Amino acid sequence: MTEKKEQLFQDKIDAGLKIEPKDWMPDKYRKHLIRQISQHAHSEIIGMQPEGNWITRAPSLRAKMVLIAKVQDEAGHGLYLYSATETLGITRSELIEQLQTGKAKYSSIFNYPTLSWADMGAIGWLVDGAAIVNQQSLRRTSYGPYSRAMIRICKEESFHQRQGYEIMSKMSNGTPEQQEMAQDSLNRWWWPALMMFGPHDSDSAHTSNAMKWKIKRGTNDDLRQLFVDRTVKQADLIGLEIPDPDLKWNPESKHYDFGEIDWEEFWEVVNGNGFCNKERINNHTNAHTEGNWVREAALAYAEKTQNGDLK
Amino acid sequence: MAKDSLYKYVLALGDDALILGQRLSQWAYRAPFLEEDIALSNISLDMFGRANLLLEYAATLKGNGITADDLAFKRNERQFTNRILFERPNGNFADTMVRQFFLDAFYKLFLQKLTGSKDEQLSAIAQKSIKETAYHFRHSSKWVIRLGVGTAESHTKVQSAIDNLWMFTNELFEMNEIDNEMLQQKIGVDCSSLKQEWIKIIDEVLAEATLKRPENIHMTTGGREGIHTEHLGHLLSDMQYLQRAYPDAKW
Ligand SMILES: [Fe+2]
Ligand SMILES: [Fe+2]
Repeated sequence: MTEKKEQLFQDKIDAGLKIEPKDWMPDKYRKHLIRQISQHAHSEIIGMQPEGNWITRAPSLRAKMVLIAKVQDEAGHGLYLYSATETLGITRSELIEQLQTGKAKYSSIFNYPTLSWADMGAIGWLVDGAAIVNQQSLRRTSYGPYSRAMIRICKEESFHQRQGYEIMSKMSNGTPEQQEMAQDSLNRWWWPALMMFGPHDSDSAHTSNAMKWKIKRGTNDDLRQLFVDRTVKQADLIGLEIPDPDLKWNPESKHYDFGEIDWEEFWEVVNGNGFCNKERINNHTNAHTEGNWVREAALAYAEKTQNGDLK
Repeated sequence: MAKDSLYKYVLALGDDALILGQRLSQWAYRAPFLEEDIALSNISLDMFGRANLLLEYAATLKGNGITADDLAFKRNERQFTNRILFERPNGNFADTMVRQFFLDAFYKLFLQKLTGSKDEQLSAIAQKSIKETAYHFRHSSKWVIRLGVGTAESHTKVQSAIDNLWMFTNELFEMNEIDNEMLQQKIGVDCSSLKQEWIKIIDEVLAEATLKRPENIHMTTGGREGIHTEHLGHLLSDMQYLQRAYPDAKW
């Protein structure tokens, strides 16, 4: 019986149809999706912190408005994605608890500190840029609510990427100090950005089912290569140097070859030993705890209004 | 002379919006829940948008190639003329919401009058801002009611926010020399005439929220003359850091 259902389910996916919340789906598919979408949602939310760190110090009125709007967009992305995850039968408060207890992960990139205004450029350009490469392929993912969320999100991420690149380009054409900040920022964010695509395909635990189910639509290494090819050209254009001595154009493959990622660092950060892991989660937990009384008040008010205790 | 008064008038309105926007932006990612993060950054964005229009206008009145950014990032405490309530620290969520509620109620009345200004730019800015303020007011007044009615804890917190901020409210209705001059020229608003209506709005919301309006509280003033609480200096040093540290840079 289940086998037949599973066959029908797979046929549907193979035919390019979407799976919707009320459709039958294998338990593993559901679990995989909850993990993947919520991890993505948590990344949007924790990602508000490194950029939020510079909102009050943004150097012009325009820069300030652009940055606030960006961080606000990320909050919106978190919301869509939490809603998409909720269609799989888990609540937002459960998801938040998983984040705060470390049961759920988020993108490790956000465990690196933002140390100069140029980092607002680098994050938009590289981090949103890498996210776009990953997410563009997910617009066609098999799960309907996820796919629709990704279509909306991708549009906004493209804005973020351009705005980030604009900051970088302004700074690399600016005063010597600004140029230094821009290069330093690229040096610090380049490798973590490459790590965003995850381990080599040969070392990745979740790839095969995810590809079959069309939850993932490109391999880690392919997507990483696409990102490198794109970004090297953009760096050249504004006179910044990619911090990789092994980087060079390969005329045969028509791609850039690049050096080996420091996988030890990658796993250290994934496992909680990055520069800001504890702080990010503490900040999230503190804000949430400090907000307890507000959420309780809102609930109590809603109940009183419903019960007709109020006029 | 008249132009200088108009400059000072517009600048002061710009300072109000700028400082409140900066305060609200300090909430970034720290709100009680995600929807509220989004709402607070919306309001903050509106205030910066308003500040930008006003400071740009002030900059053109000043001339000499001065920009809105120069006005925002290169003046000191004594040169800022925002009223004190706008600079009050965020405190807890109730403190922020009460500050916002008092100011939204004020803006509602003030902007309505300002739309009739003889100065076309000010009138246009008021027309744009008044729509935003209508939304801000719905948001903040609804929260004052929720917190007032919600739980014993939220009731206590929001009442104490009201009690603590009340002393800064009278300044909203004061008129200095420049205000009077602008009023005479039919450019500015008679703030003193707004107070009764403002109290009425406050009373209505507080009644629904089961909260009390404080009485016999000594009122503080000084913002329009550049006298501030010590909090403003810290807000400015944070906000102005990059412009001050790298005066030759463009961002
Ligand atoms: Fe995002
Ligand atoms: Fe983004």
